[in-house]
Amino acid sequence: MTSAALRSRAWKLLEMVTTPLLPSDYLDLVSPLRAGADLRGRIEAVHPETGDAATVVIRPGRGWRGHTAGQYVRIGVDVDGRRLWRAYSITSPTDRQDGRITITAKAIPDGKVSNHLVHRATPGTLIQLDQPTGDFVLPQARPAKVLYLTAGSGITPVMGMLRDTEFDDVVMVHCAPQPQDVIFRDELHGLVADKKLRLTEVHTATDGRLDIARLGELVPDWAERETWACGPAGLLDAAEEHWTEHGVQERLHTERFRPRIVVAGDDGGEVTFSATGKTVDADGTTPLLDIGEEAGVLMPSGCRMGICFGCVTPLRAGAVRDLRTGEITEAEPGVLIQTCVSAAAGPCDIER
Amino acid sequence: MTTIDPTAHLTAEQIEELGRELDVIRDEVIADRGEKDAAYIRRVISAQRKLELASRGVLLFSIFPPAWLLGTAGLSVAKIMDNMEIGHNVLHGQWDWMRDPKIHSTTWEWDHVSPADQWKHSHNELHHTYTNVIGKDNDLGYGIMRVDEDQKWHPLHLGQPLWNFVNACFFEYGIAAYDLELGKNLQKRHRRNPEFRARAKAVGRKIRKQVLKDYVIHPLLSGPSFLTTLAATFTANLVRNIWSHSVIMCGHFPEGVQVFERQSVNGETRGQWYLRQMMGSANISGSRAMHFMTGNLSHQIEHHLFPDLPSNRYAEVAVKVRALFEKYELEYVTGPLPKQVLSAWRKVFRLSLPNKKPKGKTPAREKELVAA
Repeated sequence: MTSAALRSRAWKLLEMVTTPLLPSDYLDLVSPLRAGADLRGRIEAVHPETGDAATVVIRPGRGWRGHTAGQYVRIGVDVDGRRLWRAYSITSPTDRQDGRITITAKAIPDGKVSNHLVHRATPGTLIQLDQPTGDFVLPQARPAKVLYLTAGSGITPVMGMLRDTEFDDVVMVHCAPQPQDVIFRDELHGLVADKKLRLTEVHTATDGRLDIARLGELVPDWAERETWACGPAGLLDAAEEHWTEHGVQERLHTERFRPRIVVAGDDGGEVTFSATGKTVDADGTTPLLDIGEEAGVLMPSGCRMGICFGCVTPLRAGAVRDLRTGEITEAEPGVLIQTCVSAAAGPCDIER
Repeated sequence: MTTIDPTAHLTAEQIEELGRELDVIRDEVIADRGEKDAAYIRRVISAQRKLELASRGVLLFSIFPPAWLLGTAGLSVAKIMDNMEIGHNVLHGQWDWMRDPKIHSTTWEWDHVSPADQWKHSHNELHHTYTNVIGKDNDLGYGIMRVDEDQKWHPLHLGQPLWNFVNACFFEYGIAAYDLELGKNLQKRHRRNPEFRARAKAVGRKIRKQVLKDYVIHPLLSGPSFLTTLAATFTANLVRNIWSHSVIMCGHFPEGVQVFERQSVNGETRGQWYLRQMMGSANISGSRAMHFMTGNLSHQIEHHLFPDLPSNRYAEVAVKVRALFEKYELEYVTGPLPKQVLSAWRKVFRLSLPNKKPKGKTPAREKELVAA
């Protein structure tokens, strides 16, 4: 018998020992970061960067496959007992000796996860991780001249690149309200002092917003530079327009931190049952279970009054309102809703 | 059943107001659910797993009597925790709000021969929706017992104390049979129903796994302690079964608990639904340890009002609910475990015999109960 077959036999036996649980349920008690476990990480430190930004040092589980500079990672954090998933750029270099990674979060108003990470996260906490992903990365062949155009927390993926790869000629234009809001400011100035970076800080509270049309005044040769831009949608839209206008759009690489735009209203909306491919209009008061059944979708159901949890179904997109409490639930990976007590709060997509 | 309706003094408006007041209690807990609650259930789950692991470990040496005693006691408690405070409550969706796929009603499986999804249907859906409605809620006597004077007596009922005792000893199998609606489905015309056969197969698979684990694998691992480990697991299952049967009997059987006619739920309002849960359930009083070991089903009344609130919150909710019982002059049936268990057993014995004095009853009700 091969060793693989032997291992699988042993595993089967172990499963019989632990039934109805799995061996991993017990192994998680002692070694949640082991190879073969669901990918997790442990927060080892939280370093403040500015008044509202902090860098979180994470030791990823053994299953972590490593990242490319500029990529982001989705993390699942328990905030007030509820697991929420968000994406953050990885700010650590790829060759960090201790195997840790860092993300840098900026607390945004009403941001549940960002505020939690910046102000409340404590070392020792386990978080959930996905493998790193994203194509906002540097090419294999090094460009001779580079421009990084960033604003606010848009600096985070670029910092990952700066720490990872040195170029001969790098210019960075970074926008932040005031000097003290510039994340990684000391480190950036250190790079400037070492002549590894030319930096222009635009302080929007005093200088006003960066006018892309006048970028040439700050970086005369911008059009010759391979550019990576990350920041709010307004900046990126303007940049894309500007680069296209000058016929150099292929030199511009952008990454958008997509704000989740959920239109939550009282009037219901268009409901898509994506597995069956049906789309119907729903008002804001009829349970989605009824809407689905009327549209001929085979819906799981139970008590029809919100107590038995027999009708829970993934919400893939949009928002729904709990008809009992008025609470709005927005779609996120892994979010299940009780269709018998939920109505459409704007357009939504139900996995049925 | 008493012929006097204990809710007759309430007007329709009062009943609706009662419903609104209960909704407020529910909303308060929902708004306050958070980190502490999540930490609680994680702690309980972790403690249960460690206790089970440790007990199974000790049982490897169960050939020595002290090890047998310790391991058996530990395993019994672990199995009770798994079924009561964790399994029952997770499968009610009480912890779904955490969005942790490992502690979720759609993914949980428990140390029990009834597969979680079948139990969820018969328990969450049928029992909790139609609590104590004769003919709709099969938990009333589990379909094998006479639990109300108005149910027609049959000589077979003479044996019901015995059935009830056997059911207590092998409660998890009783539940599995009950979830399968075995009585009905073994009739010739139902037996070949493919849906029933699929469900019966699932139960068979689950039983095989459970039996293999408890009575083959673990005893074998114990080597020279084979027989003593086998006896220990059998004892732990017995203890767990009798314990959960007793707790569950206390929920709806003690004297003072009301049952309802089939028509009474037609067009039921939210307030009336709440009222039926209040009158159809009974609590067990006791220490925090008692509440924990019953999976907080000692707060059966609160659980039936709010089946999806986290179990660790029932104690605080109970204070408010009890105040409402007083305000609306309703009887809050509660008592210590021995008293409630005795009360329930006394009823089982009494109703195994025909009624002492035939009561005047309407023909319609008679027909209803016969049909049930």
